[in-house]
Amino acid sequence: MFGVEVSQLFFYLLSFIIIVSAIYVVSLRNIFHCALFLVLCLFSVAGIYILLEAEFLAAVQVLIYVGAVSILMIFAIMLTSRLANKKIMQSNDNVTVAIFVCAGFLLTSLGSFGYTVWKVVDSPLPENNTLTIGKLLMTDYVLPFEVVSIVLLAAMIGAIVLARREKI
Amino acid sequence: MELIGIFKYLYEQLVATGIPQVWVDLISLVASAVIIFGVLALIALFLVWWERKLSADFQQRMGPMLTGWHGLIQTVADAIKLIQKEDITPTKADRPVFFWAPIICFVAAFAVYVTVPFGEGLIVSDLNIGILYIVAITTFTVISLLMAGWGSNNKYALLGGMRSAAQVVSYEVPMIVAILSVIVFVGSLSMVDIVESQALIYQWYIFRMPFGPIAFVIFIIAATAETNRTPFDLPEAEQELVAGFNIEYSGMKFAMFFLAEFINMFTVSAIGATLFLGGWQGPFLPSWVWFLVKTFGLVFVFMWFRWTYPRLRVDQLMEFSWKFLLPLAFANLILAGWMKYSGWFNW
Repeated sequence: MFGVEVSQLFFYLLSFIIIVSAIYVVSLRNIFHCALFLVLCLFSVAGIYILLEAEFLAAVQVLIYVGAVSILMIFAIMLTSRLANKKIMQSNDNVTVAIFVCAGFLLTSLGSFGYTVWKVVDSPLPENNTLTIGKLLMTDYVLPFEVVSIVLLAAMIGAIVLARREKI
Repeated sequence: MELIGIFKYLYEQLVATGIPQVWVDLISLVASAVIIFGVLALIALFLVWWERKLSADFQQRMGPMLTGWHGLIQTVADAIKLIQKEDITPTKADRPVFFWAPIICFVAAFAVYVTVPFGEGLIVSDLNIGILYIVAITTFTVISLLMAGWGSNNKYALLGGMRSAAQVVSYEVPMIVAILSVIVFVGSLSMVDIVESQALIYQWYIFRMPFGPIAFVIFIIAATAETNRTPFDLPEAEQELVAGFNIEYSGMKFAMFFLAEFINMFTVSAIGATLFLGGWQGPFLPSWVWFLVKTFGLVFVFMWFRWTYPRLRVDQLMEFSWKFLLPLAFANLILAGWMKYSGWFNW
């Protein structure tokens, strides 16, 4: 509906929000505020998906990361009295190690971005990409899809077993 | 009379003025937002009055009678009173969180209406992820309740907010699975496609035996829990929690929570009418009248529940969702998938 300039403006706005809120997530003292900024950050990422015309991905991003993951995090913060209402430090003494690890990660990702050949398709995107994603997940990519489901199931059972009070 | 004709005429007039297309789009977007906001605010005011009148009927009282015909403008008077009240923020409150909670709740309640089809063609934007968008946006309500509970720095508010979040997260799962069983049949997430697939009364998903009625009942139960209404109104159980998450709120912020609650009830009724009762489909009357009739019918059912059933206990609430509703919803989804695949019931 709007021109490229407008979507570029939105892209810079969203990127700014994402970066600022991500910095807040790791630097604020109040851990509840950190969780809320994480919600803002993940929501803005969904906005980027909208700009890329991946509406299904955007909706799922909000549904899973905002609706489930963040709410469970906030829930855990509210239930843990040691975390609640105290100004706790987010960093510890291992700053030097952390800098090396982060720098390594940054270099690796920058390198892989640089070497990857990005495919550019000239034809417009299919009108209904939800249908295409669904079909591909059930046909070509059914094995990875099922493997991921089993990993998640195993993680869930593991969490329940670890949290159980009585021994099995 | 179809309302869409009026909007089309206005749009053509706007195009005829010769201003750039960007401005035409922008103006029509803002105009549709203002119209939806106005209509929903009116509906919310009406629903508050209706709830009070119905509760009075169920308890053999009169309800509000003095302001206007049968107290019809009582809610308007109440709203004016609430606006005049002092806006109090508790000294020990977490100020920014306390401030933003009602705003997020209010905005999320209205943002849903982008993809609600009020009538034939009467939809702001027919996104191809329609129903998924609605489900995604409603999760912000939970965040706002948790923010209100935390920001108030009050033990009752905190307990109310946490109960509410636990309840909404638990009942969201069977609700989404029930919606999914309809989506399997439609083969599209778009709200317009969902309505158009139920043109005749026996095609309504509530009448698609045997999975339709089960999905509808699961949806209604889960929707009652999602909107925190009796018998699932533990987040605001008066005897235990005074008022729940909104205990510290006053004035306009309280009014925002209150209105959002009623708009959310209207939203789930509208989704129920669209998914199971054929949306705006119906003979003789204009489509938007059919939509309103069906939606208000479901709203009546929710109010009926509220003034008939006693409240559940917390443990009963959780067990009912995870041990009964969720397995039933999954079994129903498999049934719907099998029916669609076998093609036996695809009339």
